[in-house]
Amino acid sequence: MRARVFVTLKPSVFDPQGTIVTDALHTLGYDAVKNVRQGKYFELEIDAGSEEEARRLALEAADKLLANTVIESYRVEVESSTERSVP
Amino acid sequence: MTITDDIVKRHGLAPDEYQRILEMLGREPTLTELGIFSVMWSEHCSYKSSRVHLKTLPTTGARVIQGPGENAGAVDIGDGLAAVFKIESHNHPSFIEPYQGAATGVGGIIRDIFTMGARPIALLNSLRFGPLDEPLVRRTFAGVVAGIGGYGNSIGIPTVGGEIGFDESYTGNPLVNVFCLGIAKADEIIKGVASGAGNAVYYVGAKTGRDGIHGATMASAEFDEKSAEKRPAVQVGDPFMEKLLLEACLEVMKTDALVGIQDMGAAGLTCSTCEMGARGGAGVEIDVSHVPQREAGMTPYEIMLSESQERMLLVVKQGRESEVERIFEKWDLHAVRIGEVTTDGLMRVKSDGEVVAEIRTESLTDGAPLYHRPMTEPAYLTEARRLPSLGAPRPADEVFRRLLLSPGIASKRWVYRQYDHMVRTNTLVLPGMGAGVVRVKGTSRALALSVDGNGRFVYLDPYAGAQLAVAEAARNVACAGGQPIGGTNCLNFGNPERPEIMWQFARAVEGIGAACRALDIPITGGNVSLYNETDGTPILPTPVLGVVGLIEDATMIASGGFRSEGDSILLLGETLDELGGSAYLKVMHGLVRGVPPRLDLQREAALLRLLVKGVSCGLVRSAHDCAEGGLAVALAECCFETGLGAEADVPRVETALPGFRDVSVLFGESASRVLVSVSAGRVAEMETLAAEAGVPVATVGRVGGDRIRIAVGGRAVLDEPLAAAERLWSDAIGNYFESQHATG
Amino acid sequence: MKFAIVVFPGSNCDHDAYHATKHVLGQEAAFVWHKDTSLQGADVVILPGGFAHGDYLRTGAVARFSPIMPAVQRFAEAGGPVLGICNGFQVLLEAGLLPGAMLRNRSIRFQCEHVVVKVECTDTPFTSRCSPDQLLRIPIAHGEGNYYAEPEIVEQLEARRQVIFRYATASGAVTPEANPNGSVRNIAGLCNERRNVVGMMPHPERACELAIGSADGLLLLESAVHSVGQGTFVTTP
Repeated sequence: MRARVFVTLKPSVFDPQGTIVTDALHTLGYDAVKNVRQGKYFELEIDAGSEEEARRLALEAADKLLANTVIESYRVEVESSTERSVP
Repeated sequence: MTITDDIVKRHGLAPDEYQRILEMLGREPTLTELGIFSVMWSEHCSYKSSRVHLKTLPTTGARVIQGPGENAGAVDIGDGLAAVFKIESHNHPSFIEPYQGAATGVGGIIRDIFTMGARPIALLNSLRFGPLDEPLVRRTFAGVVAGIGGYGNSIGIPTVGGEIGFDESYTGNPLVNVFCLGIAKADEIIKGVASGAGNAVYYVGAKTGRDGIHGATMASAEFDEKSAEKRPAVQVGDPFMEKLLLEACLEVMKTDALVGIQDMGAAGLTCSTCEMGARGGAGVEIDVSHVPQREAGMTPYEIMLSESQERMLLVVKQGRESEVERIFEKWDLHAVRIGEVTTDGLMRVKSDGEVVAEIRTESLTDGAPLYHRPMTEPAYLTEARRLPSLGAPRPADEVFRRLLLSPGIASKRWVYRQYDHMVRTNTLVLPGMGAGVVRVKGTSRALALSVDGNGRFVYLDPYAGAQLAVAEAARNVACAGGQPIGGTNCLNFGNPERPEIMWQFARAVEGIGAACRALDIPITGGNVSLYNETDGTPILPTPVLGVVGLIEDATMIASGGFRSEGDSILLLGETLDELGGSAYLKVMHGLVRGVPPRLDLQREAALLRLLVKGVSCGLVRSAHDCAEGGLAVALAECCFETGLGAEADVPRVETALPGFRDVSVLFGESASRVLVSVSAGRVAEMETLAAEAGVPVATVGRVGGDRIRIAVGGRAVLDEPLAAAERLWSDAIGNYFESQHATG
Repeated sequence: MKFAIVVFPGSNCDHDAYHATKHVLGQEAAFVWHKDTSLQGADVVILPGGFAHGDYLRTGAVARFSPIMPAVQRFAEAGGPVLGICNGFQVLLEAGLLPGAMLRNRSIRFQCEHVVVKVECTDTPFTSRCSPDQLLRIPIAHGEGNYYAEPEIVEQLEARRQVIFRYATASGAVTPEANPNGSVRNIAGLCNERRNVVGMMPHPERACELAIGSADGLLLLESAVHSVGQGTFVTTP
């Protein structure tokens, strides 16, 4: 089973990388892009009996290691099929 | 699979080279064998165009412990220790992907050093880019700098110095040359050799993927199409893996259980296997199915040609295997036995027990083709050496400011601030001017290190220009108080199949040889990078010299910055009417023209001796070479370093160009000149010392005040406020990024 | 007196901390491998700088789970002096031994240079030999030293005098210009409530000899020796 974990800085936390990317997009003329927040994305291959179990494991991993909850928040999506989408 | 003409061509092998392979094997090669020959006989691995010239370089000397031919050179620095060092290029990958290209360049040279049993303690780099006004160049520049920092900082080896140049010819072909130096016990240097039949061959480090397999050498249609798609164009560096390898290998080396070790750099497993066998006069048999693989379905061809980073090949003494395995396990690395040393002199590659390649190791190394490529003096030289009419010069203060703002001369603080230059707590002179200086812990000594090259000079006169590069690097280490004891070169040129380029190359190597002989600097190794061209336009020929200087007493060193108000400023050497190839002509007139400054090697040698003597006895309080931008820029740099102003009156010079008297004195780049400062009371002593050494000397001014004032023959020609000039100089490079965005 | 220097895979200032404590300060020093579970009876623990586990996930995020960390935690809870330098500071934050977290530098670049820090409090084992408001010239070398904590936490840190070092100008003014990385309130170092655990981004071990640019950092190590010698900040069994 595959879980996707998205980690982003909490809205209240200043994001130096996102700010630089925003500025860069503006210099390239993308003024419509008002703000960028940079984050991290993880794909977890999980050996689990059910989606709920996979979700629980992924949430635990995110809370314990993948995110630093002092500054980051996270979101988990679980995919029941292990088929990979072709890029 | 039948080897067709097309497949041979795609492997970059000439028809006569293929013929040679057929003769050596006595049969048609397998595809894997063809791949192995193609990478080993490539210019990069075989030095087939350059070897006949490189052989003329002086490579021996009383201090030389290891000359060219090993992973790095080594010189004796006393106390039973050796300095192990080399410079290498990573030009092309750095253009494709600046961050990873530069980072893996750093990783590669570090492996070359610790492979010899040395702990790396310093990195330097020599970089060339196009003009920073171009967004593409800015991106390349920022990426290369971040990549060098990213790798060096993480692994914890300080980047203590270097140099950066700019010219249009590097726009599509930046140069990234990285120098690394390590310290080893002189009698414990380990070599890349395989010997002792039955000894195990181990693989350790990162898993093998499809990185860096030469795309063009693959017969794509006949081959697995999917694997071609999956092949990444660039290698990605993993400094953490390399840090583990570094520590684990150094720990293993202490045990005396190793016969030899070599990193898998260019041509990966192929190169390390056959080179180690050839050096030991032995054969090596490996089975690629034991090689740890990152991707599924890799063919023996791909495994043998992969250039995945952070991998090492070791030969372990029989009976010591578990000891070695245990040390790697401690560092969470798994050393895998992939084969053993044999007596038959063959490199035998198996896949699941089936032989897929069997070649005499020597056929791949010493048996590689050797070319005496045709050479012709380039036609451009006659015209280029003539200085055209320049019109009336701009006022000296305007020229001065323009030069300070030009990226080649401007402060590189924006760059070296991104490099950890203090880790390991040995850095005695911070980067910024001249040589980097690191102490050797456990001894009273220090080493001064400098990398230098000037493509403009070499373009205008390869022989003289290359000599000037040697002299400048040597002068820089001598200014710090270091006696030059060894050198390494990185020769960056265009396509050697063009007779003009080959001529530049050959003349430059002759020049390096002559200068190194005169200055007693043996070349212990290096690297050649050819085919540096974009759309048929070559780069300025750019040999870069790395020189190591030995400082006997680490407490007696000098840096370039003035030390105290009231000190006297002396100019060692002679200023002549020499604007050829100068930064002045490039920045103010957009020209690379004229004859480069003359270099008298005997006088340079005398100057080096004088500097080492003057610094080591504490007489010379600061010393700074007059290089790009000439005397005026050199004086300004001495002031910027410590924020002390200066007043100078320098002798006038007769000039060929009317009206260029001041320009020539202030901004001409005559060789073998150094600005030193001494206590006011010791001027006579310095003058005597210089006279004894046969070095022209003139007391030209004193340190103090908050302005930079220069007069020529008693007539004031430059009077600038120090703080404002310093601001121009220090902000110039950062301004390209802060105002226009690093990613722009 | 014995310093334990914890070596994580990827630590790269471990040798520097060893050199400073052993050869410059003349005290006993020992490397403690991260897979060990004992601090070998050390009096002071240093978590050195570097890139533990490559810092690939987040600085210090993986190192905090090292087998040695429970021993460090127990040592800290027993009142023993712990100094986290740069990456070591980041490990202490991740381990929850100190509050807050690190963000990328405001410049989003790695920065290596000498900075000036002002000593805010002298009642910690690493500042006991400093004078209040003393200015120290110590290098930084980091890409993620932009200290962040929730505003309430910052207020609490201030109220409890847990801010130990602040970035300052050469004349001692705590200004935005003196702040190299965007750290909240110019915080360069802080301590826990009990004041025995100190984390700081600048590298005192790189500033222990004039030959390499500054000896100001030696004061911090001397403070540790002094404090332990005085019987303050020693582990209570």
